[in-house]
Amino acid sequence: MALLDVQDLNVVFQTADGPVHAVNGLSFQIDKGETLAIVGESGSGKSQTAFAAMGLLAQNGAANGKVAFDGTDLLSLSPRQMNKMRAEKVAMIFQDPMTSLNPYMRISDQMAEVLTQHKGMSKRAAIAEATKMLDAVRIPDAAARITMYPHEFSGGMRQRIMIAMALLCQPQLLIADEPTTALDVTVQAQIMDLLGDIRRDFGTAIVLITHDLGIVADFCDRTLVMYGGQVMEEGATTDVFAEPAHPYTKGLLRAVPRIDRDDDVLQTISGEPPDMSRLPAGCPFSPRCDVALDHCAVQRPAKEHFGADRRRACHKPLAEVTS
Amino acid sequence: MIVDSATADRLAEAPHLAEVQGRSLWQDARVRFFRNKAAVASLVVLSLIAFFAFFGGFFAAFDNETIDFTLMGANAYKGVPSFETGHYFGVDSDGRDLFARTVQGTRISLLVGIVGAGVAVIVGTLYGATAGYFGGRIDGIMMRTVDVLMSIPFMFVLILMLVIFGRSILMLFIGIGLISWLDMARIARGQTLTLKNKEFVEAAVATGVSPMKIILRHIVPNLIGIVVVYATLLIPGMIITESFISFLGLGVQEPATSLGALIDTGADNLNNGTRWQLYFPLFFFVTTLFAFFFVGDGLRDALDPKDR
Amino acid sequence: MLSFILRRLAVAVPTLLVLVIISFALMFAAPGGPFSGERPPPQAVLDNINARYGLDQPYWKQMVDYIWNIVRYFDFGPSFQYRDRSVTDVIMQGFPVTLTYGFWSFVVAIVVGVSLGVMAAVKQNTWLDYLAVGITIGAQVLPNFVLGPILLLTFTLWLGWLPGGGWNGGQWQYMVMPIIALSTSYMASIARITRSSMLEVLNAGFIRTAKAKGLPMRRIIFRHALKPALLPVLSYMGPAFVGMITGSVVVDVFFSTGGIGQFFVNSAFNRDYSVIMGITILVGALTILFSLLVDLLYAWIDPKIRY
Repeated sequence: MALLDVQDLNVVFQTADGPVHAVNGLSFQIDKGETLAIVGESGSGKSQTAFAAMGLLAQNGAANGKVAFDGTDLLSLSPRQMNKMRAEKVAMIFQDPMTSLNPYMRISDQMAEVLTQHKGMSKRAAIAEATKMLDAVRIPDAAARITMYPHEFSGGMRQRIMIAMALLCQPQLLIADEPTTALDVTVQAQIMDLLGDIRRDFGTAIVLITHDLGIVADFCDRTLVMYGGQVMEEGATTDVFAEPAHPYTKGLLRAVPRIDRDDDVLQTISGEPPDMSRLPAGCPFSPRCDVALDHCAVQRPAKEHFGADRRRACHKPLAEVTS
Repeated sequence: MIVDSATADRLAEAPHLAEVQGRSLWQDARVRFFRNKAAVASLVVLSLIAFFAFFGGFFAAFDNETIDFTLMGANAYKGVPSFETGHYFGVDSDGRDLFARTVQGTRISLLVGIVGAGVAVIVGTLYGATAGYFGGRIDGIMMRTVDVLMSIPFMFVLILMLVIFGRSILMLFIGIGLISWLDMARIARGQTLTLKNKEFVEAAVATGVSPMKIILRHIVPNLIGIVVVYATLLIPGMIITESFISFLGLGVQEPATSLGALIDTGADNLNNGTRWQLYFPLFFFVTTLFAFFFVGDGLRDALDPKDR
Repeated sequence: MLSFILRRLAVAVPTLLVLVIISFALMFAAPGGPFSGERPPPQAVLDNINARYGLDQPYWKQMVDYIWNIVRYFDFGPSFQYRDRSVTDVIMQGFPVTLTYGFWSFVVAIVVGVSLGVMAAVKQNTWLDYLAVGITIGAQVLPNFVLGPILLLTFTLWLGWLPGGGWNGGQWQYMVMPIIALSTSYMASIARITRSSMLEVLNAGFIRTAKAKGLPMRRIIFRHALKPALLPVLSYMGPAFVGMITGSVVVDVFFSTGGIGQFFVNSAFNRDYSVIMGITILVGALTILFSLLVDLLYAWIDPKIRY
C-alpha cells in the first residue's frame, strides 16, 4: 500500500468573482521513503494540493476526493484527529522561511511546543531534543543559539530550523513547498543536500513542490508535472527528462537555462498562465500548446499509461510528441 | 467633437471600452463610492441634516431667543412637542422653542466640525508637507516637536485658554482646530516622503522651481485624496470635542447653543418630565456622527483601495 | 535597557517643560490678574495680594519657583479662590477617586475590548463577529457625555437599580455607571483594533506553520497570535489614556463622583488659575509617564526593537 494515496482530489475556492478551481481531479501515490517532485508554474495548483492534504486551505477553500495516509482519509478527519497526524505523521515546510517562523517567540519555544504537544515531554527534555535536531541540520553552536529569535538568523539558517522543527516527531512524510525559492543559489544547494541526507538518515518520504526543474533532476525518484490543477504527465524523473511525453513538459525543459547548450535566446512558453476561474473544458494547456489539435480545447484528454510505470494526459499521440 | 457614423457605431458596440479609457482616478473613486450603499445613504442623511441646520429656521414658528413666559417653568405639561402649538419639538425650561434651538445647535455643531477640521487639515498638511519635503534635520526637529505636542493633554489646555481669554465661538474654532492638526501632519509627511521622489517633483526641482512653490503646486494637490478622507473622519471628532466642552458649560454661550449644550440641558432636566429636551438634540447628534463616519469610511475605501 | 529609559526621559522632561511654559504663557497673557474681577479692589490692596501670592515677581522667577516647589515639596501653590486650601489639597482629595474608577475603566476597556476583538476575528463572519462590529460602530457615536444621560435614564430613572450619582466611599453601585460611561468608547476602539490586527496575524505565514505543527487552535491563538496582534493595541494605550483622563471630567461632573474633574470645572468657572494649572500639569506629567511605560512594554514584547 502506498504511504500517501491521492485519488481524484478537487480544490475549489469561493471568491467574489465566482468559484476558482485550483485542483481538478488530481491523483497520485507516493511510497515509503520515496521522493516525488510536483512540478509546475505558479498557479498550477501544486501548493494547494499540499495545503489540502494538510488541512491548511484558506477559509474560502474546500477540498473533496480522497487523500489517504497509510489508509486513513485525511479529508474526513476531525480537527483533533488531524492535529495528531500533523507533525507526527506528515510534516510540512514552506516557501518563505522569513515569515514561516513566529518572530515573537524564541526558537526554543517554537520547537519545544511540538514535542510537549505531541510526545508529552517536559519542556526541559523537549529543548534538549530540539537542540539535538538543530545539530543534525548543521546549525553551528545550536545549544547557545536555540534561545535566539528568528530575526537573528539568516534565511538559509531559518529554513534549516524549519526542517529541524518538521522532523522533531520523525514523520514518515515531509511535504516541502518550494523550500529553496526564497534563498540564494548557494544556500539552495545546501538545503537540497540537507534534504537528501534526511531521506537517507531518517527514511522520510519527501514530496518536493517546485517550479525549478534543475533541483528535481538530482533529487527526486519520480516527477509529476502539473498544469491548471491537473496531471500532465508522470514518471521516473530520468525517463521524464530523457523523453518528455507531453508538449508542456517539453516546453518546461526547453525553458531551463543550460550551460552545456549554446543558446542565444532562452526559450519560453508563449502565452499567459491559465485563469483558474475560466479553464477551458478540454486540456488546460491547449490555449498555449503549439501542437494543439482541434478537439483539445473542448475534450479533456484521458489518462494514458505507457512505458515503465508512466502516464500522461494528451490527445496528441505519444510517438508524435516524443519524436 | 465630431464623430463620424462608423466611429459612433464602433463606440456603441464597445461602450465599456470608452469608459475604461476615459476614467481618471477621481472618476474611479466616485464609482466606487456610489457603489457603497451605507455611504450613499449617509450622504443623503447628511444633506438633509445640513438643510435642516441652515434652512430649518424658515419652518420654525418661533425664533430661538423668544421666551414664552406663559410656558416658562410649566413646559413639562404645557410645552410638550406638538404641531398645533407650533412647538414641534416642545419647549425648553426657559420657555424657548426647542425646534428653533435644535436648528441653531445643529448649525453651530456642524460649523465647528467643518471649520475645526478645516483649520486642522490646512495647518497639518502644510506642516507635514514642509517637513517631509525638506527632510533631514528640519524634518527631525519638526516631527520631534509634533511628538512632544502629542503627549500633552490638550483638552485641559484648551479649557485653560477658554477660561483665560473668555469663551467665544472663534476661540473654540481655533482651539479645536489647533489641537487636531498633529495627526494630519504625520500623515501628510509620510505621503510627501514618497511623493518627493516622483519624477514630476524631480523635474520641478531640476527646472529651478522654488521649494515653497513645489510644495504648494506639486505636493499638496497630490495629497488631496488623503486629506479629504482624513477631514471627513475628523469632523465627527471635532463635533464631539465641541459638544464635550459645551456639555461642561464651557463652550458656546447663551443665547447661542450647540448640540452638546442642548444635550447638557436635556440631561440636567431628566427628572423634570421634559425628556424631549434630551431626545431631540441627542437624535440629531447621534445621526450626524453616524452619517459622517459612514461617509468618511466610504471615501476612504473609494480613494484608498489598497487599504482594504 | 537603562540607556533606552534615559533617552526616553530625555524627551519626556522637555515635553513637560513645554506644557508648563504654555500654561504660564497663557496665564500671563490673560487680561488682568486673577484678583481684578468685575469690581477690582483698590490698587494698594491688589499690590498686597499680588505680593502674598508672589505675582509681583518677574515671570521667569515665578515659573522657576513654581517648578521647584512641585519637584521639591509636591506643592502646587495656593488656590486663588479658597484661602484655606492649597492646590495640593484639592488634588489629594479628588485624585484618589479619579484614579480608582479610572483604573477600573481602563481594565474593563482593555479586557472586554481585547476579548471582543479576538472573538470577532476568530469567528469571522459569524453572528458574534457582526455583533462585535455593531457594538464598535455604535459606541463610536456614543461619547461619554451622551452615554452618561442614557445610562442614568436606563438604570436609575427607569429600572431604579443604581444610584444616580455620588461616590459614597467608592461602593461598587456608585462606580458601575461611571466606569461604563468612561470605558465604552475606548473598549470599542480597542475591539476594532484588536479585530483587524488579529485577522491580519491569523493570515501570517507563521500561523500556517503553527497549524502544520498540529497545535490546537486555542494554543495557536494564545501563544502565537495574541502577542503580535496586541502590539497595535499597545500603541493605542497612550491616546486612550489621554482620552480617558479627559473623559473623567465629564463623568465627575455628570455623576458627581467628586474626582479631580469636578474641581477642574469648578475652578474653570471661578477663574481659579492655580488649580486649573496644577491639574493640567499633573495630568500632563501622568500622560508622559504613561507613554514612557507603554514604550518600555513595547520594547519588552517586540524582540526586534533594540534599546
